Amino acid sequence: MGSFWEYANPKRFTQVVDRVLPAVSGLAVAALVAGLIWGFFFTPDDYRQGSTVKIIYLHVPSALLAINAWLMMLVASLVWLVRRHHVSALAARAAAPVGAVMTVIALLTGAIWGQPMWGTWWAWDPRLTSFLILFLFYLGYIALWSAVENDDTAADLTSVLCIVGSVFAILSRYAVNFWNQGLHQGASLSMDKEENVADVFYIPLLVCIAGFVLLFIALVLLRTRTEIRARRTRALLAREVTA
Amino acid sequence: MSLKIVDLGVARGGVPVLEGVNFAVAPGEAVVLTGPNGVGKTTLLRTIAGLQPPYDGKIVVPDVEAMTYAGHADGIKAALSVAENLMFWARVHGQRDISGTLEDFALTDLASRPAGQLSAGQKRRLGLARLRVTGRTIWLLDEPTVSLDKGSVDLFGQVVRRHLAGGGLAVIASHIDMGLDVRVIDLTPYRARAKVARGYDEVFL
Amino acid sequence: MTALLIRDLRLAVRAGGGFGLGLAFFLIVVVLVPFAVGPAMGLLERIAPGVLWIGALLACLLSLDRIFALDREDGSLDLLAVSPLPLEGVVAVKALAHWLTTGLPLVAVAPVLGLLLSLPGKGVIWLVVSLLAGTPALSVIGTFGAALTVGLKRGGLLLSLLVLPLYVPTLIFGAEVARAGATGLDTATPLVLLAAVTCVAVALLPFASAAVLRMNLR
Repeated sequence: MGSFWEYANPKRFTQVVDRVLPAVSGLAVAALVAGLIWGFFFTPDDYRQGSTVKIIYLHVPSALLAINAWLMMLVASLVWLVRRHHVSALAARAAAPVGAVMTVIALLTGAIWGQPMWGTWWAWDPRLTSFLILFLFYLGYIALWSAVENDDTAADLTSVLCIVGSVFAILSRYAVNFWNQGLHQGASLSMDKEENVADVFYIPLLVCIAGFVLLFIALVLLRTRTEIRARRTRALLAREVTA
Repeated sequence: MSLKIVDLGVARGGVPVLEGVNFAVAPGEAVVLTGPNGVGKTTLLRTIAGLQPPYDGKIVVPDVEAMTYAGHADGIKAALSVAENLMFWARVHGQRDISGTLEDFALTDLASRPAGQLSAGQKRRLGLARLRVTGRTIWLLDEPTVSLDKGSVDLFGQVVRRHLAGGGLAVIASHIDMGLDVRVIDLTPYRARAKVARGYDEVFL
Repeated sequence: MTALLIRDLRLAVRAGGGFGLGLAFFLIVVVLVPFAVGPAMGLLERIAPGVLWIGALLACLLSLDRIFALDREDGSLDLLAVSPLPLEGVVAVKALAHWLTTGLPLVAVAPVLGLLLSLPGKGVIWLVVSLLAGTPALSVIGTFGAALTVGLKRGGLLLSLLVLPLYVPTLIFGAEVARAGATGLDTATPLVLLAAVTCVAVALLPFASAAVLRMNLR
């Protein structure tokens, strides 16, 4: 077992993905099925929010991943810019649509939850607004990837965009907070126990989060492998054409 | 000041076009690169100028800032006058005097004319006049005589000769004889045999 | 550097340079708003700061794709890249030229358009202050977007998609200053934050823009 960076070799990476993907996918499905069934059918209704509270089993994990997918892309972009590992750039590319979909899920489930709770589908609440802005960042990032023809240039440009975008996403977060104090409840999960949701909701929620994280990992691995294979095809074709 | 090309390989869009290019240019010397269309003359010049990275080999110059490049596009703004265009490039390169250059390129009478009204040949002359005002010693010229008439070619030949006499260097991609005493390098033998640049997506195979 | 600034200003002002287009666009947006929301003075007065900020932002966006595209087409960008000017400096000067030919004129006409939307006098002053502090950021961020998309054939729409989310903090703080000023609330906090965003953008983005420009020139 050598350095961690050995897995940055596309061939090596693909081999590893081939081996671990079935297990990760299986675990993801198992955790999601278990967590969602537990959460939906075997937890009590909240005394204030009734059964609507159960949407947290979709809402909280997707919201968590929406942000963390961008963080992962940021790290992968930095790795690409510093160490020029292709897998890193392609993983960032692969994660973007997954993160964007997570953002949409968080926004949709939030709207569905908000309707009975706040009496409106949408409010210009700081958290909601921040997620909408995050979604726009995802869109721009994905659009730039698909617009640039040369793969390495596209990887370079999107990496810089990701870094600059991160700075501005943080600025936007504070700006939006400043702009409107919101309706949204505090964090569902935090180190401070008082703020947290009650234990009965907490454990199935953790299972659901684990399920979402595994699903995210499985999707990113799968999509990265696909990107690597597409690049490989193009590299082979380039040799064929000129031969 | 001298320029040395060592085992240079250049690629266009990831596909190698030239490999193992070796030559040196001494002060006062000009080299003319020839070869059929698509052989990689422009790519080679752009690589030497530092506008794109080589995929192999190296370019040895004492000072990268000593080079200047003139490509197919002249960098001329139609809305500015001839003098303004030239003055801009002069000032970018820390020079102030353009009157001598205007004269050398027979542009004095056109100096206040908007560059948009110039003919193709006059525009080309203005584009080449930019070389003089950069004050740089190594000229990299890509088809400099395109759209120039016989008189202008001679004019340009004189300017190049004076540049060389002052210790300057020139690498010229051209088919037309400018009446210069130069070394001609045919690029055809350097055509890349490798079908794909070393390092280009190699990790994916 | 000054030579580049003078050239860009000259090009913008001469025929075909597009100077004034942004201003005309700003005017039209502001004129269209009362048609859309109705002529009630009270309503117009309330939304005026926001409308003027959105108008300025869109007018700014309009001219962004010209920053590098024209220089790339005629070869100037290649020649600038091999010139002694550092690319970071070129980018900063281009952003400055864009601000001088777009942002500054917008600031100058904003009071007049503010009157059209029945913005009170106090509000006009704060509107001008907020635009003065905020529009440099719009130009610098826009230059970054233009550098990102310079190699693309149809980069215009993509440029807007990339740049607009980056405009969010500036828009929020800028409009907040103008709004607070018009209603007599505290303007110091949002103004400091707006200036901070501008400073961050001006200090960091030229480096990012020069980096992506180099990537695009390869």
